Amino acid sequence: MGHSPFTPGVVAGRQTAEALSDGFADLHPPLDDHEALVAADRCYFCHDAPCMTACPTDIDIPLFIRQISTGTPEAAARTILGQNILGGMCARVCPTETLCEEVCVREVAEGKPVEIGQLQRYATDTLQRQGVHPFERAASTGKTVAVVGAGPAGLACAHRLAMHGHDVVVFDARSKPGGLNEYGIAAYKSVDGFAQAEVEWLLKIGGIEMQYGKRFGADLSLEALKSEFDAVFLGIGLGGVNALGIDGDDKSGVRDAVDFIADLRQAGDLTELPVGRDVVVIGGGMTAVDAAVQAKLLGALNVTIAYRRGKDRMPASEFEQDLAASKGVRIVFNAVPKAVHGNGAVREIEFDYVSADMTPTGETLRLPADQVFRAIGQTLDADGLPELDGRKIKVTDAGRTSVDGVWAGGDCASGGDDLTVTAVAEGRDAAEDIHQTLTGAVR
Amino acid sequence: MADLTSDFVGIKSPNPFWLASAPPTDKEYNVRRAFEAGWGGVVWKTLGAEGPPVVNVNGPRYGAIWGADRRLLGLNNIELITDRPLETNLEEMARVKADYPDRALIASIMVPCEEAAWKAILPRVAETGADGIELNFGCPHGMSERGMGAAVGQVPEYIEMVTRWCKQYYDKPVIVKLTPNITDIRKPAEAARNGGADAVSLINTINSITSVNLDTMSPEPSIDGKGSHGGYCGPAVKPIAMSMVSEIARNPATHGLPISGIGGITTWRDAAEFITLGCGNVQVCTAAMTYGFKIVEEMISGLSQWMDEKGHESIADFCGAAVPNVTDWQYLNLNYIAKAEINQDDCIKCGRCYAACEDTSHQAISMSEDRTFEVIDEECVACNLCVNVCPVEGCITMVPMEPGTTDPRTNRPVEPNYANWTSHPNNPAAKAAE
Ligand SMILES: Cc1cc2nc3c(=O)[nH]c(=O)nc-3n(C[C@H](O)[C@H](O)[C@H](O)COP(=O)(O)OP(=O)(O)OC[C@H]3O[C@@H](n4cnc5c(N)ncnc54)[C@H](O)[C@@H]3O)c2cc1C
Ligand SMILES: Cc1cc2nc3c(=O)[nH]c(=O)nc-3n(C[C@H](O)[C@H](O)[C@H](O)COP(=O)(O)O)c2cc1C
Ligand code: SF4
Repeated sequence: MGHSPFTPGVVAGRQTAEALSDGFADLHPPLDDHEALVAADRCYFCHDAPCMTACPTDIDIPLFIRQISTGTPEAAARTILGQNILGGMCARVCPTETLCEEVCVREVAEGKPVEIGQLQRYATDTLQRQGVHPFERAASTGKTVAVVGAGPAGLACAHRLAMHGHDVVVFDARSKPGGLNEYGIAAYKSVDGFAQAEVEWLLKIGGIEMQYGKRFGADLSLEALKSEFDAVFLGIGLGGVNALGIDGDDKSGVRDAVDFIADLRQAGDLTELPVGRDVVVIGGGMTAVDAAVQAKLLGALNVTIAYRRGKDRMPASEFEQDLAASKGVRIVFNAVPKAVHGNGAVREIEFDYVSADMTPTGETLRLPADQVFRAIGQTLDADGLPELDGRKIKVTDAGRTSVDGVWAGGDCASGGDDLTVTAVAEGRDAAEDIHQTLTGAVR
Repeated sequence: MADLTSDFVGIKSPNPFWLASAPPTDKEYNVRRAFEAGWGGVVWKTLGAEGPPVVNVNGPRYGAIWGADRRLLGLNNIELITDRPLETNLEEMARVKADYPDRALIASIMVPCEEAAWKAILPRVAETGADGIELNFGCPHGMSERGMGAAVGQVPEYIEMVTRWCKQYYDKPVIVKLTPNITDIRKPAEAARNGGADAVSLINTINSITSVNLDTMSPEPSIDGKGSHGGYCGPAVKPIAMSMVSEIARNPATHGLPISGIGGITTWRDAAEFITLGCGNVQVCTAAMTYGFKIVEEMISGLSQWMDEKGHESIADFCGAAVPNVTDWQYLNLNYIAKAEINQDDCIKCGRCYAACEDTSHQAISMSEDRTFEVIDEECVACNLCVNVCPVEGCITMVPMEPGTTDPRTNRPVEPNYANWTSHPNNPAAKAAE
């Protein structure tokens, strides 16, 4: 080894093991009992609380906070998990600053919201630490449902269906469950193998069979699933990545940010994970920020995010932008990639500066780069799907697709933001609709 | 799962949480929404006699005391009994009871202290299908000036007399609601029992003036520059209510008389505490007025979780469990010796324990240069003040000393046996220990 941040090229071991474990530690360390009580005390128990409306899964936030403040975090966890079975992961990864906490009346009044996400984590961790699964399966209905994709949407759907007494088989192309919880979320948001532990806990409901290494489009088809099961739910996320479409896009050192993050999430030893000295990330969303920050934490010397529009249009929240800045990531705005230069491997990337209406100003920017990450959006990646609406599977509010007996939700389906919590809400709601359709039950 | 169903003097409800007679139970609209929210029962806002209803003030009727963050701790009111016609209330009660047969619906009544008045109203209440009646002998303002409410509740003979009329003219349970504005709560409770009451409920509100406006020199709430004492309720009155409840539960003359606990109940924990002191169920007013009906969900989930944790299957399992432990000061064990202990990991170094002990107690906490606070066992009398002023729950605890060890404050061994004041050598009236 013996590498440092200054070593040129794409190499491993730029940081010591200690520096890596510090850098990748829990972004928001959990609240202890005292901190949780103090934080819970700040909640006003608002009527028809704005936070509840802002939460895509409609968690009764004032109620669960009151349950924490009266010394029953386990009851609080039940309140949360009854609406959002991945409430533990959501508490860690939700951009609360643009969801529940953004509309907290104390954010509006004082610029300091009640720490809803942290309190949610306190409650769900308390229950999960006890190994308690708080729900019971209803008597078997004899109905079977196939769920394709073991990401947040598929898992939420499978759990709710199992709870209602249906027998569920979950198919996933990968070898592990969790979807982007396992392969995509930034490492410092989900530490200590939480994604796998949460899935294990979720499966305690029973009635869910997991099948890995089964790819829809190759090993599975809609027709076959439809004939074998009473209903089908598709939660396959967005497997593909948009191309840059510029000269040199195929040079070595240019790759998809999501692949880099997946490698990082699966790496047993981060000292062995290579990263460039001069890293450039193209994009402006959460993926761009996560890739940039994690590259920096791995020991890259210069990390730059290049976003094609102005700061006000950047999809990554203010909090995410500040996080990037605090780790030493530079963000360049109004820069559209023009060409990747280099001899086989990338050496430089060139941008056009553009005005607000995206017309080139004539000014250009060249950044040294030995690694370039594309984070310009993901796309649907499968054949034989129901009818699309633009880039995604067309669904109704209840998640019904154009094909009878087939539902879809999460990132692969139209409507809603591409967020973990939204995927959970859509999976759950589709499960309710499937349940109603299969049994005639009214929720 | 714990069974929260409640059977209070034969009145069944799905949980022991009732709304007390007050604005939350003032009309059909409220009560229907309360039942939908999950409340087990309601005591309807107090009914008056036939004829023109009372009138309320048209200005502010509440005053309040707040804690940090403007958390409401005490509420005071000058509201009277229902200001709607008797007929309207009775019709609504009948309709609601018919639609919610599994919930408890109790009629609260306050009519003049004359047999004819009670004889007239009781059959009409019975017709509504209400599960029982509560006699409001507690309202401390307005009604008492007219010889009703607390004016009756402060004279045990009247209580007994009216209760007897009610038992004579009404055949469902009669609950007597007591006023705390009296020196010895045992007397009215005994009177109620002697009159044949099925239960007592307490407390009603406490005479109070919450604040004075220093510009206008008027007490608040101010009605055109004047104020009147009101009735105090909310979290602040809970300790007073629990003491009164415990006295009735302990008193041999009233021991076993069912009690409906009221006064400051805000969380499941408050409710559980009242029940351990002998209450068969509880009633809530201010907490619902502060936070809305939804709090009952937390009360239900909290009580049932706690019961599960403790292995209590029903309310009866722990009803009165703390009563045998309520005793007189003279019987407390003077050989029990404890010392405060500060957990240095939890300490946030605010120094409040130090200020409290150094300035107002026993100078038993030391403070170092680096703000480490430690208990000096040689000085500590285990008064608990440091525990009470510490902002971190559980950071300072009281640790009992083992018998046989030496108390460094007195240099005397900790005695293993129980010994109280009645036999203490310093007590001039001491009897020799048996
Ligand atoms: C880098 C990154 C960071 C993110 N950070 C956050 C964050 O901090 N907070 C947040 O709320 N959201 C974040 N998101 C978004 C969030 O992860 C997604 O919105 C969410 O995971 C969507 O869930 P899903 O179940 O629809 O899809 P996915 O999580 O993508 O799961 C889809 C599953 O389907 C499987 N699959 C795919 N194709 C097939 C096929 N053909 N056959 C069988 N199985 C298949 C996949 O293996 C996967 O397990 C992030 C996304 C990325 C890419
Ligand atoms: C505005 C208001 C009106 C009340 N009116 C009545 C009443 O009509 N009859 C009655 O028996 N008690 C009445 N009470 C007293 C309550 O029923 C209850 O005994 C008291 O408020 C203590 O309980 P709490 O601390 O939960 O509020 C009233 C209380 C308030 C705050
Ligand atoms: S799930 Fe997310 S949005 Fe909903 S309350 Fe939790 S942190 Fe907020």
